[in-house]
Amino acid sequence: MAFPLNSSLLNNRRLRAGLLAAPLVLFVAVTFLAPLAAMLVRSVHEPAVARALPQTLGALAQWDGRELPGKAVFRIAGSEFVALNERRALGSVATRVNRLESGMRSTLLGTARALAAEPPGDSWRQAMIAADPDWAEVSSWLALRRAGEAVTPRHYLNALDLDRGGAGEIVRQPEDRRIYVSLLLRTFAISTAITAICLLLAYPLAWLLAHARPRRAGFLLLLVLVPFWTSLLVRTTSWIVLLQNQGVINDLLVALGILAEEQRLALIYNMTGTIIAMVHVLLPFMILPLYSIMRTIPDRHMQAAASLGASHWQALRRVYWPQSLPGVAAGSLLVFILCIGFYITPALVGGRTGQLVSSMIAYHMEQSLNWGLAAALGGILLLLVALLYVIYDRLVGIEKLSLN
Amino acid sequence: MNDEGTTKREAAGTRIEFRDITKSYDGSTMVLPGVNLEIGGGEFMTLLGPSGSGKTTCLMILAGFEAPTSGEIRVNGKRIHDLPPQKRDMGMVFQNYALFPHMTVGQNLAFPLEVRGMAAAERGRRVGRALEIVRLEGFAERRPGQLSGGQQQRVAIARALVFEPGVVLMDEPLGALDRRLREELQLEIRSIQRELGVTMVYVTHDQQEAMTLSDRIAVFNAGQIQQAASPETLYEEPATEFVARFVGDNNLLRGTVRSVEGELCQVEVGGGVIEAFMVEPLAAGAGTVLAIRPERVVLSPSIEYSNSVAAGVEDMVFQGDHWRIRVSVFGQSDFFVKIPNFIGQGGILPGDQIRIGWTTIDCRALADNSPRAA
Repeated sequence: MAFPLNSSLLNNRRLRAGLLAAPLVLFVAVTFLAPLAAMLVRSVHEPAVARALPQTLGALAQWDGRELPGKAVFRIAGSEFVALNERRALGSVATRVNRLESGMRSTLLGTARALAAEPPGDSWRQAMIAADPDWAEVSSWLALRRAGEAVTPRHYLNALDLDRGGAGEIVRQPEDRRIYVSLLLRTFAISTAITAICLLLAYPLAWLLAHARPRRAGFLLLLVLVPFWTSLLVRTTSWIVLLQNQGVINDLLVALGILAEEQRLALIYNMTGTIIAMVHVLLPFMILPLYSIMRTIPDRHMQAAASLGASHWQALRRVYWPQSLPGVAAGSLLVFILCIGFYITPALVGGRTGQLVSSMIAYHMEQSLNWGLAAALGGILLLLVALLYVIYDRLVGIEKLSLN
Repeated sequence: MNDEGTTKREAAGTRIEFRDITKSYDGSTMVLPGVNLEIGGGEFMTLLGPSGSGKTTCLMILAGFEAPTSGEIRVNGKRIHDLPPQKRDMGMVFQNYALFPHMTVGQNLAFPLEVRGMAAAERGRRVGRALEIVRLEGFAERRPGQLSGGQQQRVAIARALVFEPGVVLMDEPLGALDRRLREELQLEIRSIQRELGVTMVYVTHDQQEAMTLSDRIAVFNAGQIQQAASPETLYEEPATEFVARFVGDNNLLRGTVRSVEGELCQVEVGGGVIEAFMVEPLAAGAGTVLAIRPERVVLSPSIEYSNSVAAGVEDMVFQGDHWRIRVSVFGQSDFFVKIPNFIGQGGILPGDQIRIGWTTIDCRALADNSPRAA
């Protein structure tokens, strides 16, 4: 009788362990995996137009796309517009079509109003073209049909400054509408620069931390951590106090006579401000992984290198640096990934020219409400980070990543 | 082959002198109150002492990792104070090996040659020969982490030798190894040093190891060299009480000098009188410590043993090749007698009252510098 009891106890223990981990699994699923999945789905899936205009899109499916559609299509589309507008549902459809072909919002809404005011008898086609001449353009119908695709790569194309031509081929956006590729490249370049500056500043400091006498090292570590414990918002706004045109640094330079009153430096609300503030905010993320790796490198190694005839520089380059590489890689990866998606600091101190791709994502989330495009931009960032991860794994080996 | 012969002869010439070397970290406490030591070319010199006795500090000063507070070090007659460690041409072996974990064994050995700008072909030849010397051929591609402790230490030794320095320094290199391996490597280090004729300065706290390896041993205590001499001299003629205690087993008896006659003296110990040989001149009435080696004590001494005292057997320990017998003499119960293991071990048992004795020459009277005597 004792054995079945034992085995049920064992099962019980496993069950309990599973239950203890369940809240975390659930939390991660709800707060991380689900939103991520929802975002990725949204970036390729937009069913609103397809749901609103099922008959029109069904009729357009057979259309060859070279000449204007037939009269039947005009009638189906026109009546569906009128019906939708009566339910006050045409506005959101019009907004979405407008993103593919500007001017289509007013075309759709105006046509619906005109058709409702004066119902056409037989000639829907004439009535619609009379209401808005855009209906005589093939491109308007193409835009309508493309907006109706529920599963679509257009957000990604859009995020990469691409578009589809009349025959569905991929073409570049007109020059004045290309913004995202250069913004992504700029984000990439700025993140690289910030990571490099952080590494340059953090490496000697982490070395000091790792090899100073324990009491001094403790004090230095505190200096690194105190800003870490201060609110990000406070730290960023204190940079405004320091860097602004009438700020501490400019005042000081003018008072010392280094700068004339009208020569005050533009240190903030531009790229300079973004870089300075972000380096400061992200520096601990570089120092701590470096420090944790450097602490494991014995001081004896530098002595051994010296006794073998290596100069300080040779010992640093050949003995110390290679051993600190896992920390360099971990810190750089961490800082770079944080940079790429950083929002608050550029938003506060970046002004017009110091913005990164995150501000564009926020704009599409909050202002233009083009969530599909915001999701696609986010998806591209995610892909870049995943790519970095793979490169890191190939070069260093992910098991060497140490952040403790 | 010819140039190797030349380097060997040059290496054999590397002499080292410590002159009044002092070291203080805080300006008031002297870690080294003044060290004077000469090490001959090709000599195997061991700095022996308990931890904190200053022997490692001496080595670090010689290597250039620490600066002396005063005094000077000369290598082949030249002051080397201004030379950084990398210019001192001294190979160093550390206690924890300090092999570079991101390099293979071969790369570790090639490192000192590369920083000297040696051509690849010559590098390969030297690395191969160094691996041969420490019997690790075929290990060049391994990483230090894949080797056992003993193998790692052999690599460290090979790395300190590969650039053919005039001096090799070793800081407790065998401390982390088990006894068998330690003894094996001791013999190896000794034969390598003899073969290459390189000057060796070796730091250890293990007197057995020092005995096995060294031409001469400098015994350190509290930052001062107590005695620098060959292993035989240290053992047979310890100059101070510390050396008598630290090197080998010794029985120590405290007493007062009664009378002096040439190099011999009569010492009063706990009511008895012992005849002893004076290491340094002592005056009548001075406090003294008598040092008697346990293996020089005999049971039931015959008439030619000038010292014969009554002893009570306290304890007997079998040690394989010998017996260690603890006896009480002059009311002191920490006196040991070591007798060879022959059948019957003299037929004594704990509790027996016996007589033990020793000759005058085996009983050394040292100055008593302990606080009690003062």
